[in-house]
Amino acid sequence: MNIEDLAVRISDLASFDGYQLECQPIPGEIEVLQITVGDFDELPTYVSVTDTQILCVTYLFTEDEVKSESRSEMLEEMLELNIPIPLSSFAKIGDRYVIFGALSNASGIEDICLEIITLTENAVESITALEDFLN
Amino acid sequence: MSVLKKIMTAVRGGAREVGELIVDSNGTRIFEQEIKDAETHLRKAKQDLTDVMAKQMQAGRKVESLKNEITEHEGYVAQALEKGNEDLALEIAEKIAQLEVDLAEQEEVHKSFSGHVVRLKDLVKKTERQLKDYERQLSMVKTTESVQKASAAITDNFASSNSKIISAKDSLERIKERQQNTFDRLAAAEQLEAETSDKSLEDRMKAAGIGDPDENSANAVLNRLKAKQK
Repeated sequence: MNIEDLAVRISDLASFDGYQLECQPIPGEIEVLQITVGDFDELPTYVSVTDTQILCVTYLFTEDEVKSESRSEMLEEMLELNIPIPLSSFAKIGDRYVIFGALSNASGIEDICLEIITLTENAVESITALEDFLN
Repeated sequence: MSVLKKIMTAVRGGAREVGELIVDSNGTRIFEQEIKDAETHLRKAKQDLTDVMAKQMQAGRKVESLKNEITEHEGYVAQALEKGNEDLALEIAEKIAQLEVDLAEQEEVHKSFSGHVVRLKDLVKKTERQLKDYERQLSMVKTTESVQKASAAITDNFASSNSKIISAKDSLERIKERQQNTFDRLAAAEQLEAETSDKSLEDRMKAAGIGDPDENSANAVLNRLKAKQK
């Protein structure tokens, strides 16, 4: 599935699992789709498609939001939480902490929507859990 | 050095074109060519393997048939000897000697083909493993590149749309507020609904003279005062 297909199919869905999904393509060297779930406007998911996988990434916070004195404690906490979080994992891109999920290119639209919704819910859950480590 | 380690070094160094740094100055293109070449080699090796396996089977069949022929002729020698025909027996024995030479030759050929098959099978396995490894490495490099490019596009988009990137805590605050609003609205609607239905029930009860009497009615006041005087 490529980005255009995905954008069209998500727009066609009125809602999924009770959530309204809104998508907006972002221009650039590689095509990215910004998708917001329901009321979670502040935590959009960015979807890109490569040869092997569909990557869904939600930005959590930047390095300078992290309280420096408890940084390593937070990192350890994130490693511990990585497995219990369903379908998503923590990662870092540049100076930004992210939560992401990767799917096979052969995934159906329902799998992708489920992934994006789960990712958004996990993002809210994670920031709530890690709030004490943030400025 | 492992490809993951190379990626780590490149990303730490702030590289934007990881492919160039890791696999080739032409990015991932040459690496993809290498994979194609390896695939061609693999196909060729598999063809060779099937050819050699066919030849091995042929040699195997020849060995079998020679062995049968030898056994057969050994029987003939015994029969000739039984009949006292020593000359014929010698002639058959000569034939057997020739067959044994052929057999030894064919066995050598068979052995050589078998060795070849083993070597080719090893080669195929090795090439397959290498191909898998190349593909795995390429996929890692390409994913890194893709994530970096996507991330750049997202950052550029933020910059161009002038949308302020708010902190995670603020995001959370807003989301929670919105959720609380929704929740409050729902709760208020429920309460209103409950009150309306309670009220209408009360009204109907009162009309039917059921329940508490109206405390402000003249009768109620009089009763209260009478009770005080006692």
